[in-house]
Amino acid sequence: MGDFGVTQTVLGADEIVLNMGPQHPSTHGVLRVKLKLDGEKVMGSECIIGYLHRGVEKIGENRPYTQFAPYVDRTDYVAAVSNGLGYCEAVEKLLGVEAPPRARWVRTILTELQRIASHLLWLGTHALDIGALTPVFYTFREREEVLKIFERYCGARLTTHAFRIGGLQYETYDGFEEDVKKFARDFPKRIDEYEELLTGNRIWLQRTKNVGILTADQAIDLGVTGPVLRASGVKWDIRKAFPYAAYDQFQFEIPTGANGDTFDRYLVRMQEMRQSLRIIEQAVDSIPAGPIMARVGKVIKPPPGEVYHSIEAPKGELGYFVVSDGTIQPSRLRIRPPSFINLQAFDTMVRGHLVADVVAIIGTIDIVLGEVDR
Amino acid sequence: MSEEQKPQPQEPAAKAPPAKAKPPGPEPLDNELVRRLRARFAHAVGDALEDRGQAIVFVSRERLLDVCDYLKREEKFNLLTDLTAVDRYSSDPRFEVVYNLYSFAHNQRLRLKVRLADAETVPSVTPVWGAANWLEREAYDMFGIRFDGHPNLKRILMPDEWRGHPLRKDYDIIQQDTAWVRENLGIKSGQ
Repeated sequence: MGDFGVTQTVLGADEIVLNMGPQHPSTHGVLRVKLKLDGEKVMGSECIIGYLHRGVEKIGENRPYTQFAPYVDRTDYVAAVSNGLGYCEAVEKLLGVEAPPRARWVRTILTELQRIASHLLWLGTHALDIGALTPVFYTFREREEVLKIFERYCGARLTTHAFRIGGLQYETYDGFEEDVKKFARDFPKRIDEYEELLTGNRIWLQRTKNVGILTADQAIDLGVTGPVLRASGVKWDIRKAFPYAAYDQFQFEIPTGANGDTFDRYLVRMQEMRQSLRIIEQAVDSIPAGPIMARVGKVIKPPPGEVYHSIEAPKGELGYFVVSDGTIQPSRLRIRPPSFINLQAFDTMVRGHLVADVVAIIGTIDIVLGEVDR
Repeated sequence: MSEEQKPQPQEPAAKAPPAKAKPPGPEPLDNELVRRLRARFAHAVGDALEDRGQAIVFVSRERLLDVCDYLKREEKFNLLTDLTAVDRYSSDPRFEVVYNLYSFAHNQRLRLKVRLADAETVPSVTPVWGAANWLEREAYDMFGIRFDGHPNLKRILMPDEWRGHPLRKDYDIIQQDTAWVRENLGIKSGQ
């Protein structure tokens, strides 16, 4: 309480400390940022997090493996399907089983749809923060189509719990392929519409170009992954580096940026949505027939040992480090959250910019506080 | 270069491949990278294991910074993917600090581990990888492990005045700092 004293001793006469959040609408949750300002210029910043800490990792140590699966949906709650995929695959690796091909194909399709939904939410709110009011209405319209597919598949829209350890609980519903194909057919035109609103828009360019630059060396040093790393020019994607699910079967590109600024991160995510569509189109045409569950016991009891498994979640590298002591509960369950580690780069990105750019930079990192705080 | 392991020379056909697939688990590891590490750091490099195809190397806390610096500069492990800890309660060196490294050049992962007793500290790797800053703060917050030379070692997820470190095994799942909760949230019962 009242711990502003930390910076007061080192402040010059002209610098002030501005407290932003934790209830600021542009912080996308409960993020508090202490800004050290010289006039309107940001000289330094400190993120204060933990307001949403629920002890997810501690809960993980006190639940059987299967019972913990719904909890991971609630870390990055706008990309629950991706979280579920990472967790299920990590436990499968620990058990030494692999999901059957049909399950892996369906997982790939749903996860890519989730990436699009997550990017759409990011695009809408990011543009809204900067002052472009229109895109959010369009992006939510398309996101709704994805959520409808999730709802028809597993009954839930947000915290889906779509996958099970060993494969899938549910077979695809009648008309799943048609729904996905229809979405894949309509969606490219929608991306064109968003780009028409933003890509050449002079205000958008002025608010995003050369704002929050992160060089490739800085990004790697700070452990940044995902679209933020790729926008800095590092061509790295876990779907290519360590293929999981069925990603080794499909053709797709890794979009990268050149300048590592907010505009490049925007472009990278827009292109990623198009690449996701390519994956979806290839996958939906080739879903193999066969079982959807591998042979796993009713009680999941992995042999002692440990495993680190990570996936390319919409926000970056989402890893699960699971230590088993041979019992039905994990001995340690670490979630490597992309949002938490990417947020660490905020200070580097924001220094020297204006207060108005702070919201642009928070938006461009694409954080979800449920995942930052866990 | 390659992550694939060659058959281990010191254990010849003693254990022929068993008829049934045996359960995955940790096994000794001896590859080029481990040999190079041993040649350079001798006894500072402890056990090397392979578990489910993933390499794990134990190092002593005294030489940790040198090993990390070498791994980053010479072996190109330039990304600190993750840093966390494991509480192996009731075994002797109680904690393991886990460093998950990745090399873009070789597309290879390496898990570095340091064993720590309850009161022991470990050098901070923030001079080597900037990413360690918040991750070490989190490990301190959750396990009470102190990192020497960290620029700003304070709690990150729990409130600053909180007592106890939640991810320690002797910290019960429903345990909490009731005094803090009563004072700051106005919940009297604590539960």
